[in-house]
Amino acid sequence: MSEATGDKASRPLSPHLMHWRPHLTMVVSISHRITGSAMYVGVLIIAGWAAALASGPDAFEQYRALLGSPLGKLVQIGLTFCVFFHLANGLRYLGWDLGKGFEKRTADTTATAVVAFAAVMTILLWVIAGMRGLL
Amino acid sequence: MASYRTPLGRVRGLGSAKHGVGHFIGQRVSAVALIVLVLWGVYSALVLAGADFASASAWMRSPWHAVPLALFVGVALYHARLGIQIVIEDYIHKPLTRNALLILNVFVAWLGAAIGVFSILKVAFGGGAL
Repeated sequence: MSEATGDKASRPLSPHLMHWRPHLTMVVSISHRITGSAMYVGVLIIAGWAAALASGPDAFEQYRALLGSPLGKLVQIGLTFCVFFHLANGLRYLGWDLGKGFEKRTADTTATAVVAFAAVMTILLWVIAGMRGLL
Repeated sequence: MASYRTPLGRVRGLGSAKHGVGHFIGQRVSAVALIVLVLWGVYSALVLAGADFASASAWMRSPWHAVPLALFVGVALYHARLGIQIVIEDYIHKPLTRNALLILNVFVAWLGAAIGVFSILKVAFGGGAL
Protein backbone atom coordinates (compact mmCIF):
# COMPACT_ATOMS: atom_id res chain seq x y z
CA MET A 1 0.00 0.00 0.00
CA SER A 2 1.37 3.37 -0.96
CA GLU A 3 1.77 6.02 1.64
CA ALA A 4 -0.85 8.76 1.60
CA THR A 5 1.65 11.56 1.09
CA GLY A 6 0.20 13.01 -2.10
CA ASP A 7 2.03 10.75 -4.58
CA LYS A 8 0.63 12.58 -7.64
CA ALA A 9 1.75 10.04 -10.28
CA SER A 10 -0.45 7.29 -8.86
CA ARG A 11 -3.58 9.40 -8.43
CA PRO A 12 -6.35 9.26 -11.03
CA LEU A 13 -6.55 12.15 -13.50
CA SER A 14 -9.74 12.94 -15.36
CA PRO A 15 -9.39 13.31 -19.14
CA HIS A 16 -8.80 16.90 -20.29
CA LEU A 17 -8.45 18.84 -23.54
CA MET A 18 -5.24 17.08 -24.61
CA HIS A 19 -6.92 13.67 -24.61
CA TRP A 20 -10.07 14.47 -26.57
CA ARG A 21 -10.72 14.96 -30.24
CA PRO A 22 -13.00 18.06 -30.32
CA HIS A 23 -16.66 17.07 -30.48
CA LEU A 24 -19.95 18.86 -29.83
CA THR A 25 -20.67 17.93 -26.21
CA MET A 26 -17.07 18.65 -25.23
CA VAL A 27 -17.03 22.04 -26.97
CA VAL A 28 -20.35 22.96 -25.30
CA SER A 29 -18.95 21.86 -21.92
CA ILE A 30 -15.84 24.04 -22.13
CA SER A 31 -17.94 26.88 -23.59
CA HIS A 32 -20.09 26.78 -20.45
CA ARG A 33 -16.99 27.68 -18.44
CA ILE A 34 -15.81 30.29 -20.95
CA THR A 35 -19.22 32.01 -21.15
CA GLY A 36 -19.54 31.88 -17.34
CA SER A 37 -16.12 33.49 -16.90
CA ALA A 38 -17.00 36.20 -19.42
CA MET A 39 -20.22 36.98 -17.57
CA TYR A 40 -18.29 37.49 -14.33
CA VAL A 41 -16.92 40.57 -16.12
CA GLY A 42 -20.44 41.26 -17.43
CA VAL A 43 -21.92 41.54 -13.91
CA LEU A 44 -19.04 43.83 -12.93
CA ILE A 45 -19.91 46.01 -15.97
CA ILE A 46 -23.51 46.21 -14.65
CA ALA A 47 -22.27 47.06 -11.13
CA GLY A 48 -20.07 49.72 -12.76
CA TRP A 49 -23.13 51.10 -14.58
CA ALA A 50 -24.93 51.48 -11.23
CA ALA A 51 -21.82 53.11 -9.73
CA ALA A 52 -21.63 55.56 -12.67
CA LEU A 53 -25.32 56.39 -12.20
CA ALA A 54 -24.72 56.98 -8.47
CA SER A 55 -21.72 59.21 -9.30
CA GLY A 56 -23.76 61.78 -11.20
CA PRO A 57 -24.58 62.90 -14.77
CA ASP A 58 -20.98 63.44 -15.99
CA ALA A 59 -19.71 60.02 -14.91
CA PHE A 60 -22.87 58.40 -16.28
CA GLU A 61 -22.50 60.08 -19.70
CA GLN A 62 -18.88 58.89 -19.91
CA TYR A 63 -19.90 55.35 -19.02
CA ARG A 64 -22.76 55.49 -21.53
CA ALA A 65 -20.37 56.66 -24.27
CA LEU A 66 -18.04 53.77 -23.40
CA LEU A 67 -20.88 51.23 -23.65
CA GLY A 68 -22.10 52.84 -26.89
CA SER A 69 -18.66 52.75 -28.57
CA PRO A 70 -18.03 50.06 -31.23
CA LEU A 71 -15.95 48.04 -28.74
CA GLY A 72 -18.65 48.47 -26.08
CA LYS A 73 -21.31 47.20 -28.46
CA LEU A 74 -19.14 44.26 -29.51
CA VAL A 75 -18.67 43.29 -25.85
CA GLN A 76 -22.42 43.59 -25.25
CA ILE A 77 -23.25 41.40 -28.27
CA GLY A 78 -20.74 38.81 -27.04
CA LEU A 79 -22.21 38.92 -23.54
CA THR A 80 -25.73 38.52 -24.94
CA PHE A 81 -24.64 35.25 -26.55
CA CYS A 82 -22.96 34.21 -23.27
CA VAL A 83 -26.15 34.89 -21.29
CA PHE A 84 -28.41 32.78 -23.50
CA PHE A 85 -25.83 30.03 -23.98
CA HIS A 86 -25.11 29.70 -20.26
CA LEU A 87 -28.83 29.95 -19.41
CA ALA A 88 -29.86 27.18 -21.83
CA ASN A 89 -26.89 24.95 -21.07
CA GLY A 90 -27.37 25.55 -17.34
CA LEU A 91 -30.92 24.21 -17.69
CA ARG A 92 -29.44 21.22 -19.54
CA TYR A 93 -27.08 20.61 -16.61
CA LEU A 94 -29.90 20.98 -14.06
CA GLY A 95 -31.67 18.26 -16.04
CA TRP A 96 -28.54 16.12 -15.75
CA ASP A 97 -28.57 16.69 -11.98
CA LEU A 98 -32.06 15.15 -12.00
CA GLY A 99 -30.65 12.23 -13.99
CA LYS A 100 -32.38 13.23 -17.22
CA GLY A 101 -30.90 13.56 -20.72
CA PHE A 102 -27.71 11.53 -20.28
CA GLU A 103 -28.21 9.27 -23.34
CA LYS A 104 -25.60 10.01 -25.99
CA ARG A 105 -28.13 10.92 -28.68
CA THR A 106 -30.14 13.12 -26.26
CA ALA A 107 -26.99 14.87 -25.00
CA ASP A 108 -25.98 15.64 -28.61
CA THR A 109 -29.46 16.90 -29.52
CA THR A 110 -29.74 19.17 -26.47
CA ALA A 111 -26.21 20.49 -27.09
CA THR A 112 -27.22 21.47 -30.64
CA ALA A 113 -30.42 23.04 -29.28
CA VAL A 114 -28.40 25.11 -26.77
CA VAL A 115 -26.12 26.55 -29.49
CA ALA A 116 -29.07 27.22 -31.83
CA PHE A 117 -31.12 28.87 -29.04
CA ALA A 118 -28.22 31.12 -28.02
CA ALA A 119 -27.55 32.17 -31.64
CA VAL A 120 -31.22 32.84 -32.44
CA MET A 121 -31.87 34.80 -29.23
CA THR A 122 -28.72 36.90 -29.69
CA ILE A 123 -29.73 37.83 -33.25
CA LEU A 124 -33.35 38.45 -32.20
CA LEU A 125 -32.36 40.70 -29.30
CA TRP A 126 -29.98 42.81 -31.41
CA VAL A 127 -32.52 43.08 -34.22
CA ILE A 128 -34.93 44.51 -31.62
CA ALA A 129 -32.15 46.81 -30.37
CA GLY A 130 -31.44 47.83 -33.96
CA MET A 131 -35.11 48.58 -34.64
CA ARG A 132 -35.10 50.82 -31.56
CA GLY A 133 -32.18 52.69 -33.13
CA LEU A 134 -29.56 51.48 -30.63
CA LEU A 135 -27.14 49.75 -32.98
CA MET B 1 11.97 2.79 3.57
CA ALA B 2 10.59 3.11 7.04
CA SER B 3 8.71 6.27 7.83
CA TYR B 4 8.80 7.92 11.22
CA ARG B 5 5.52 9.73 10.58
CA THR B 6 2.47 8.53 12.45
CA PRO B 7 -0.50 7.19 10.46
CA LEU B 8 -2.52 10.24 11.56
CA GLY B 9 0.23 12.60 10.40
CA ARG B 10 0.22 10.99 6.95
CA VAL B 11 -3.49 11.47 6.29
CA ARG B 12 -3.98 14.86 7.90
CA GLY B 13 -4.84 17.53 5.34
CA LEU B 14 -5.85 15.02 2.67
CA GLY B 15 -9.38 14.24 1.63
CA SER B 16 -12.54 16.27 1.93
CA ALA B 17 -12.62 19.69 3.56
CA LYS B 18 -16.35 19.01 4.13
CA HIS B 19 -17.31 22.06 2.05
CA GLY B 20 -18.02 20.34 -1.27
CA VAL B 21 -21.72 19.63 -0.79
CA GLY B 22 -22.44 23.20 0.31
CA HIS B 23 -20.67 24.47 -2.81
CA PHE B 24 -22.58 22.05 -5.06
CA ILE B 25 -25.97 23.00 -3.60
CA GLY B 26 -25.19 26.75 -3.52
CA GLN B 27 -24.21 26.69 -7.19
CA ARG B 28 -27.48 25.01 -8.20
CA VAL B 29 -29.84 26.99 -5.94
CA SER B 30 -28.34 30.26 -7.21
CA ALA B 31 -28.66 28.90 -10.78
CA VAL B 32 -32.40 28.39 -10.26
CA ALA B 33 -32.77 31.94 -8.87
CA LEU B 34 -30.78 33.32 -11.80
CA ILE B 35 -33.16 31.77 -14.38
CA VAL B 36 -35.79 34.30 -13.26
CA LEU B 37 -33.38 37.17 -12.50
CA VAL B 38 -31.55 36.87 -15.84
CA LEU B 39 -34.77 36.83 -17.90
CA TRP B 40 -35.90 39.94 -15.99
CA GLY B 41 -32.43 41.43 -16.53
CA VAL B 42 -32.50 40.88 -20.29
CA TYR B 43 -35.96 42.49 -20.49
CA SER B 44 -34.79 45.43 -18.34
CA ALA B 45 -31.63 45.86 -20.43
CA LEU B 46 -33.82 46.22 -23.53
CA VAL B 47 -36.03 48.79 -21.74
CA LEU B 48 -33.01 50.71 -20.42
CA ALA B 49 -30.71 50.48 -23.46
CA GLY B 50 -29.38 53.91 -24.33
CA ALA B 51 -31.23 55.56 -21.40
CA ASP B 52 -29.91 58.99 -20.39
CA PHE B 53 -29.08 59.99 -16.80
CA ALA B 54 -32.56 61.28 -15.95
CA SER B 55 -34.50 58.26 -17.22
CA ALA B 56 -32.00 55.74 -15.78
CA SER B 57 -32.26 57.48 -12.35
CA ALA B 58 -36.06 57.50 -12.56
CA TRP B 59 -36.00 53.78 -13.44
CA MET B 60 -33.76 52.97 -10.46
CA ARG B 61 -35.95 54.91 -7.98
CA SER B 62 -38.71 52.33 -8.33
CA PRO B 63 -38.41 49.55 -5.73
CA TRP B 64 -39.68 47.17 -8.43
CA HIS B 65 -36.39 47.81 -10.25
CA ALA B 66 -33.90 48.52 -7.44
CA VAL B 67 -34.72 45.36 -5.45
CA PRO B 68 -34.45 42.83 -8.31
CA LEU B 69 -31.33 44.55 -9.67
CA ALA B 70 -29.62 44.39 -6.25
CA LEU B 71 -30.67 40.73 -5.97
CA PHE B 72 -29.36 40.05 -9.47
CA VAL B 73 -25.94 41.60 -8.78
CA GLY B 74 -25.63 39.74 -5.46
CA VAL B 75 -26.81 36.32 -6.64
CA ALA B 76 -24.93 36.51 -9.97
CA LEU B 77 -21.64 37.37 -8.22
CA TYR B 78 -22.20 34.57 -5.67
CA HIS B 79 -22.80 32.11 -8.53
CA ALA B 80 -19.80 33.51 -10.46
CA ARG B 81 -17.54 33.27 -7.39
CA LEU B 82 -18.42 29.59 -6.96
CA GLY B 83 -17.97 28.86 -10.68
CA ILE B 84 -14.65 30.67 -11.09
CA GLN B 85 -13.36 28.96 -7.93
CA ILE B 86 -13.82 25.60 -9.71
CA VAL B 87 -12.15 26.90 -12.88
CA ILE B 88 -9.13 28.13 -10.87
CA GLU B 89 -8.93 24.87 -8.91
CA ASP B 90 -9.06 22.83 -12.13
CA TYR B 91 -6.55 24.74 -14.25
CA ILE B 92 -4.08 26.50 -11.94
CA HIS B 93 -1.74 24.04 -10.25
CA LYS B 94 1.04 26.23 -8.82
CA PRO B 95 0.10 26.59 -5.13
CA LEU B 96 1.02 30.26 -4.71
CA THR B 97 -0.68 31.43 -7.94
CA ARG B 98 -3.68 29.22 -7.24
CA ASN B 99 -4.22 30.47 -3.69
CA ALA B 100 -3.65 34.09 -4.73
CA LEU B 101 -6.29 33.76 -7.49
CA LEU B 102 -8.74 31.99 -5.14
CA ILE B 103 -8.44 34.87 -2.66
CA LEU B 104 -8.64 37.49 -5.45
CA ASN B 105 -11.83 35.79 -6.68
CA VAL B 106 -13.49 36.24 -3.28
CA PHE B 107 -12.32 39.86 -3.00
CA VAL B 108 -13.51 40.84 -6.51
CA ALA B 109 -16.92 39.22 -6.03
CA TRP B 110 -17.55 40.93 -2.69
CA LEU B 111 -16.18 44.28 -3.89
CA GLY B 112 -18.39 44.17 -7.00
CA ALA B 113 -21.44 43.26 -4.92
CA ALA B 114 -20.75 45.99 -2.34
CA ILE B 115 -20.21 48.72 -4.97
CA GLY B 116 -23.20 47.54 -7.02
CA VAL B 117 -25.68 47.28 -4.15
CA PHE B 118 -24.50 50.52 -2.51
CA SER B 119 -24.85 52.41 -5.81
CA ILE B 120 -28.30 50.96 -6.53
CA LEU B 121 -29.55 51.93 -3.04
CA LYS B 122 -28.00 55.39 -3.24
CA VAL B 123 -29.83 56.19 -6.48
CA ALA B 124 -33.01 54.44 -5.28
CA PHE B 125 -33.10 56.53 -2.11
CA GLY B 126 -32.63 59.64 -4.24
CA GLY B 127 -29.37 61.07 -2.88
CA GLY B 128 -27.38 63.70 -4.78
CA ALA B 129 -24.21 63.06 -6.78
CA LEU B 130 -21.18 61.67 -4.93
